[in-house]
Order: sequence, then C-alpha cells, then structure tokens
Amino acid sequence: MGLRVFRLVSGRGGRVFKPATGCSPRERRASSAKRGAGLGIAPREIQDQELKKFCLRITGLLQKEDLGNETIDCLQRLFLIVSATKYYRKLEKKFVELLLSAMYFPKSPEQVQVLCAAILREISPSEDLTLFYDHIQNTKLLSLMSSVLLAQGNKRDEVRDVGLRVTKILESRQPEGQSLRYLLPVLSKVITLSPKVLKEDQINLLNKRLIDWLRYASIQQGVAQISGGFFSNPRARQPGPITEVDGAVATDFFTVLSVGQHYTEDQWLNMQAFSMLRKWLLYSGNDGTETPDSDDKSELEGSIMSMVSATSTSSRLLPPKERLRENAFEYCQRLIEQSNRRALKKPDCELQKACLVEAVIILDLLCRQDSSFMYRTLSCLKTLHGRLCGDLAYVQALLPVAQFFLNHSEAAAVDSEAVYQHLFTNIPSELFYNSMLAFEFIQFCRDNIHFFNGNLSIFKSSFPNLFKFLAWNSASLISEFVDILPVFIDASTAIEMLHVLLDLPCLTAALDLYLRSSFPTAEKPLWDPSLKPTSCLDGFRDPYHQALFQYLLRPKAKGFIKGLAPLHELLKPMAGCARVIQCAETVPILIQLFFTVVTEFADGTLINQLAVLLLGRSGLLFDVPQFKAAVHREMSSQLLVLCKLHPSLVVELSKELLEFTGTIRNIHSKENIFTHVVWAIGEYLSVLYDRRCTVELINKFFETLEALLFEITQFRPSATLPKCCPRVITVLMTTLTKLASRSQDLIPRVSLFLSKMRSFAQSPAMTSVYSEEDTETILTRATELMNLLKMPSVAQFVLTPSVEVSNPRYHLDTNTSLPLALQMASRLVEKEASLLSW
Amino acid sequence: MVHAFLIHTLSGSGQATGDATFCRVLYSQVFGSERLPDEPGPRGPERDRLLRKEQLLAVARQAETACKLLQQASGRPPTDLLPQSSDEPIPLQDAPSGVFRLRPGDPFQEAKVVVWLRLLSLGCALVCEPHENLLLAESTLRLLTRLLLEHLKLLSSGSNVLLRGDRIEAILNHFLPQGQLLFLNDQFVQALEKELSTSLAR
Repeated sequence: MGLRVFRLVSGRGGRVFKPATGCSPRERRASSAKRGAGLGIAPREIQDQELKKFCLRITGLLQKEDLGNETIDCLQRLFLIVSATKYYRKLEKKFVELLLSAMYFPKSPEQVQVLCAAILREISPSEDLTLFYDHIQNTKLLSLMSSVLLAQGNKRDEVRDVGLRVTKILESRQPEGQSLRYLLPVLSKVITLSPKVLKEDQINLLNKRLIDWLRYASIQQGVAQISGGFFSNPRARQPGPITEVDGAVATDFFTVLSVGQHYTEDQWLNMQAFSMLRKWLLYSGNDGTETPDSDDKSELEGSIMSMVSATSTSSRLLPPKERLRENAFEYCQRLIEQSNRRALKKPDCELQKACLVEAVIILDLLCRQDSSFMYRTLSCLKTLHGRLCGDLAYVQALLPVAQFFLNHSEAAAVDSEAVYQHLFTNIPSELFYNSMLAFEFIQFCRDNIHFFNGNLSIFKSSFPNLFKFLAWNSASLISEFVDILPVFIDASTAIEMLHVLLDLPCLTAALDLYLRSSFPTAEKPLWDPSLKPTSCLDGFRDPYHQALFQYLLRPKAKGFIKGLAPLHELLKPMAGCARVIQCAETVPILIQLFFTVVTEFADGTLINQLAVLLLGRSGLLFDVPQFKAAVHREMSSQLLVLCKLHPSLVVELSKELLEFTGTIRNIHSKENIFTHVVWAIGEYLSVLYDRRCTVELINKFFETLEALLFEITQFRPSATLPKCCPRVITVLMTTLTKLASRSQDLIPRVSLFLSKMRSFAQSPAMTSVYSEEDTETILTRATELMNLLKMPSVAQFVLTPSVEVSNPRYHLDTNTSLPLALQMASRLVEKEASLLSW
Repeated sequence: MVHAFLIHTLSGSGQATGDATFCRVLYSQVFGSERLPDEPGPRGPERDRLLRKEQLLAVARQAETACKLLQQASGRPPTDLLPQSSDEPIPLQDAPSGVFRLRPGDPFQEAKVVVWLRLLSLGCALVCEPHENLLLAESTLRLLTRLLLEHLKLLSSGSNVLLRGDRIEAILNHFLPQGQLLFLNDQFVQALEKELSTSLAR
C-alpha cells in the first residue's frame, strides 16, 4: 500500500515529495465495502464518520492511480462537502497529503489537479499542509499551488515563499515548454498581499522584464499551433502583422488593443503585464516600503530626473525603474490613441473604454511619482478631454482625467476650471441614470473631499446637480452620500440645501419625466413602464410648470424660490412610483445628518431661519405614502434641538409660532410637530432664557393656546371631526400651566379651566371618542397640574426650574445628594431583584 | 485585483419554497486570504475559515438586497425575471447589475467594492479592491457569467452547479487567474475559450 502511494508521487517531477504512508488494508476493505454509499449523501447531512469513509474510498481510488471519471466524480462531491458548510471539515493529515500527491502527479488530468487544489484551498487554513515546490518547473501547476498557499493566511510566511519562488522563475531563463504567463498573476497577488516581499535587486530585474514584455512584444501574429514557447521560429510561416481594433495594420508596438488571429507568448505576456502594471508601478515606485498612496518622496526625486528623462531617446541610459515608467508612459499614450479607433467588434469597444480609464489613471500615477512626466501628460490629457467632452460613450474616463487635474493643476500652474465645470454641470444632469457612473462619481467626490473643502466653489455650488444621482439611485447611493453631504453644508447653502432635501422625492419624479420626454421611444425604458403619467408629462412640457421644473432640475445652487406647491399637485400620480418611494425613504436620514452638521456652526439668525423653514415646509411636502409622517417626526425632534440650542427663538419667532399654533388644522395635519412646538413654548418662553420675554408676550401665547384647547375640548368632540390625540390635550394643559406659573395673574384662569376638564371628560361626546384609559390620562394630568398651582412658588420651581436645578450638580452638593443616593440605591436594588428573577 | 468571486442564490424570484427564501452561497473562491488583524486571544484555523465564510455570506446578502431594491425601482414585477423557456437565450447584456462599497471592517478588514450581476434566480459577484477599474470588472463579470452559462448550463433544469466546482474553477483559472482582472480583447477571449474547452474536454 505504502509503495503504491510512493509510486504515485515519485513519477516525473515528484521525486522530492515525501511518500505518504498509505492506510491499512483493513481501512481499505471498509472503504470498498462502502463503495457507492457516500455518493448519494447530501453535503449538509453528512456526518464526520461518513466523511471519513468517503475519504477512504477516494484514497483507494487515488492509490490505484485511477484518475478516471469515478475519481473525478468523488472529488467533485468532496469539494462540495467541504465547501458547502461554513464549519471546518476535518480531513486526515494522510488524506491531505494524498490529495497533494495527486496534484503533483504529472499524469493527473488537469481536472483532478484543479479539484485537489480547490479542496485544499477550501479546508485552508490548514496546519497539516506542507507543500514542497522548489523543484517544480510546471508553471501552470505552480500557479495552482500558489493559490492553495496564498489561502493559508500567511501564518508561516507563505506569501513570501511564493513570491520568491515565482520571482526566481521569472528572473531565470524560461523553462522549456513552459509559459510564464501563469506566473504574472501570482506575482500580482503576492505584492497585493504582502508589500515587503521583494528586494531592490529583484524589483529591478522584474522592472526590466516588464519593459521587454510591454514595449517589445512581437508585432507579427502568432502561429496556429502552439509550438514550444518563446524562441520558436515564427518567421518560417509569416503569419502576418498584428492589426488595430479597426482592422488597420498596426502602426506601432503591440498593446492589449492589438488584434491577431493567434498570439505569441510575448504577446500574452504583454497583456498580462499591462493588466498588472498599475499595481506594479505603485508597488515598485514606493520601493515596497511605503503605503501605496503616499508619493511625496518620489515627487522630489522626479524633479531631479526631469531633465534627463525629458526625451525618450535618452531613456536607455536610465535605471530600470525610470525606464519602466518611461515605457509605461508610452504604452498609455498609445492606448489613448488606439481608443480613438472605431472597433469592429463590440467587446473590443468595451475594452477600449476600460483601457482609456486605466491609461489615464496610470498617467496620473506616473506624474505623482515623477513630475517630469507632467508637461507631456498635460498636453496629452488636455487633448483627450476635448475629445471626451464630445463623446458621452467615454464618459467614465472623465473622472480620472479630472482627478489628474485636481492632483496636478496647481503644480503645473494650469487653469483646469473648464474640466470641473464640464464634469459637474453636464454629466450629472445628462447621465444621472447610469448607476455605475453615479457610483464612481460619488466615490470621486468622496476621495477628493480634501480638495473640495479648500476653495473649489464649483463643487459646492453643484450640489443640486449631484443630488440627481442620489434621487435616481437612492438605494445604492445613500450610504455613499452621507459621506459627502457634510461638505456641502455651510451658512450660505444651508437653507437651500434643506429645501433640496425635502424636495428630493419630487426631484426623482421630475427626473423620471425628463427621461420620458427626452427618450420617448427608447427600446429599453429606464423608467417604470407600468406607470403612464400622461397628465404629468403634459405638465412637464407646458410653460406654466416649465419654470418650476427648470428650477427643480437646476444644475447649480441659486437660492430658494417659493411655490413648488403646484408641482406637488401635478406630480401626484407619480407619488406611488417605487423609485420615488425609495428616494423618500432616504430623506429623514439625510435631514438628521443635515441638522447634526448645521447645528455645529449655526448662529441665532440661521437657527431662526431653519425653524421658520421647518414650520413652513411641514405643510408643503410631496404626498408620498408615509413620507410626510416620517419627515414630520424628524422635523419635530430637530425643532426641539434648535430650541435647545437657541432658546431665544421662541421669543424672536413669536409671530410665526403664534400663527402656527393658532391654526387648528395643524393639530390634525401635523400633530407631531404641533405637540413639540407647544411643548417648546412652555419650556422656553421664560425670562430665564431671554430677557425680552415680557408678561404681555406670555399672555398672548396663553390666550392663543387657551382658545385652542377650549375649542378642541368644548366644541369639537363630534363625529365629523377627527379626534385629537390625548397627548395634544395634556401637552396643551401643561404648557398653559407653565405659562401661568410665570405670569401668576393667569393662575385662576387655568385652575378654573382645569377643573372643568372633569365635566368635559364625562360628557357623552367625549366618552364616545376617547377610551377610558385616555380619559384617565387626561384627568390625572389635570388634577396634578391643579394641585401644583395651589402653591404658586412650588409650581414655578417645578415647572420653570432655574438652570442650576435643571443641570444638577448633586454629586457636589452634600445637602441634596441624599435623595440622589436613595434613588440610586433603590434602582440598584430593583435591578438586582429583576436580575435575580431572570 | 479581485479578492473573491461568488455565486449565490437570490430569493424572492418567485419561488416560495423553503430554501429559496434564504440567501445561499453556492460557490465561492477567495483569491489569497486577507491580512488579518493581530488581535489577542486564541484563533485557530477553524475560526479563520468561519470568518471567511461569514464574510462571503454577508456580501451575498448585501448583493441580494441591492438587487431587490434595483428591481423594485425599475417597477417591473419579479416574475419578469423568470426564464420564459429554457431554450431562450438569456440576454446577458440586459442582466441587471450594480456596484456597492463595503466599508473597512464590514465585513472585510479593508474597504472593498462589490460588482454584482443578476442572472434570473442566481447572483454572481466580484469583490474588488477599492480603486479597481470598474468598467473592466463589470465586463469581466459579464464574461464569466456567459462562460458559466455555457459550460455549466447554469439555468437549465437538472444542472447541478454544486457538483461542477471543477468547471467553475477552470473558468476562473483562465479568465480571472489569482483574481487578476485581465484586459482581454475579443481575440484573447477566443483563444482562452479554446484553451478552456480543451482542458474541460479532457
């Protein structure tokens, strides 16, 4: 048995592996007895014991060197068993070694190797795994093994080992009949996982190889049969030159956008090298020691080199790192030129776009690493920008172009206003529905917040435009948007911003109409085809609404205009549209965030403006299901925050508040806000907070609220009007009592009123509307307040506590700390008791 | 560089039977394990593995939600996405897709960007590094999905994705080696497809 295994692993290339000691004959018998049993078992139900038996069966097959369909079938099942659970499936050490041997075994079909690697990767990290691969020349197998090793979590420095092994092969002469192209992705992964693997001289060597692959790949097509690698003689058959994507004969060196019937080995490597180029430049540019994004050091070094590398003819004299940069630069320039060609095939057209983006990103990176590239890149990208502005197909490349100008325009002393202007004005308005672009655009904004926080006014003033992305793609963008929203908010934009937020669902509906009217015959409509908002579309076009729509769809901040109410009416048929509802759901979150930011810097004037805005807009909201209630809830709590921050607003906005509370309709339509406003009046309308708070003012509020309470309690309880919540009644009573405690002439009036509550509560009109519990609540509160008012000085102390009392310092005051201590003690006891009872 | 590729189920696609209501990862491959924080306390290989699986499930769930929301917003009923007949070619170009970001620490150590694509009742997703070329990632995902459809008969009845792990692995080894996104023009794709067919035929 042991011999058999040895034979399995000691074939060609396998001589270094330790032979696995096979399992006992008894085990083998058990396994063959169970043959077939394991196959029918679903992976989730399989027990450890059964797994063991199944492994024994595979052991038997592998030891017999049976690598046919049955083995493959079993390995497939084993892969499923180990991968389908999130829990660890223990495989015997011997079995793991056997799988390894099967992977190494030169006669193993690729399918078996792939399956063994997949199983070993699935059980990783595994302590039983020891791979010896120093002598493996088969690059494909090495790549498979690397995938297993790199999955081990680098506990034993596996990444480093793999990196060194791969580098060694890449440095040395290519093994006969082997392709290096399987190794470049491994290298790329290694430098991603561990930044400090390679040494300076290794990096230099790889730089040289990359230059060869990138710049000097053959421009003749490969031959049909793969005839032994790099140095075979392709000239014998003259397969013809490489062409461009549009079919023209290639004019310059080979790139990923060069087309041939067949590719030579070095052309494959060219493609692989470019695919990993950005990663490699970042890595080698930082000498493998710094984090990828800090490039300050290399800029310095670049300026010294700038004179030397200004012309490419002298580039041969440069060290490999600089030479690679030079070649990367030329490669990217060629890609930019090639992306302008008209591709014959659609997939190539897509690739052109991706290549253009990559080329611009690499050029930006090169300029960050070496400023001598700046001027050449600058002229190239200026031309490119001109080209891109006229062609929306390549719109995604505009972002890296803008990024380049953001990074370098100051150093290069060029005015790049036009780039930003075009980006922020045209793109969101025209392409808000492109979700990938929207995501990248917002990412771009987020990555560059530090620039925009400076003096880029164009960014800040474009917020209405950027909100189009959010309005259309709200579900996918909301979490990105919360990162950039704070940047837009300052004293000058706050008011308009709050309006924009409240109108966001309206904007979604308007964008929908915009699409419907712009592309009426689109084959694949971007909008909800089940909805047919004919009246809305007519309204979208008529001159009466046009100005309002234009305002709603404005690209830049331009202050606030009153009267979007006609739009709410017009867009009503679209309020149930799923996209509008999704957008409406994000608004409360954004409002909350808005106030968190704005309250950090807002002064009294701004706070007053915001409070007035909230009161005004509470009645002017787009009628989306549940939107109003959610926004009202948020508005109420924010109003209280504003009052707390600036209590004088109750005095300063007395006119507005009187008007708001004097309108009985508000109780029903905005109950939440109404209750909070009344509470705030009771809390903050006091000379304690503002010396301007006169007795006359208190009386005025008192009279208004008294009339209101009288109206709802004495006249209203009828079936025709909706009942008002008992909370409104209790809050009104409390506020009246609070006001009376501050202007004591009013006490008799309140007391009388409160005493009437009992008869009111027992009237048949009331009992029919309110439940017993509600009535009870109202009466209890009335009685409490009446009792308090019997001792006016106590009432004042309780209802209008001075600042010292409301911000207690009991812990410093020995006299008053007793009640606190008692309270604490009793709470602890209660808690203890409740814990015990659990 | 791609960190992981996964195929998962999408619930709410009309199947009301028990299993379909949970999101399940049918296949996943992580390309090189993530650097883990040096946190104190015991952490064996079992926990590392559990963490990896949970991370992928978290991605699948988020992709599922994103997909649901997108479909909702489009206003089309979910039944629209069910196959009309198994013979009809699926227009991959129109398959709904999207992208979202994962913040650092949730669920991966570092920030990631996920590109996902819906294929009727299945979802495929690439978990990429934050500044990956998204155009390339998206087209690679579409390419992978097309190949999966062709070589696994992913959606036809009776095909068992779960037992075709080796085919999925072979596709990934060719077109997303070690998680490296490749700039493949159409001729390169054709050449690789030929190689793939040869290796699968054996």
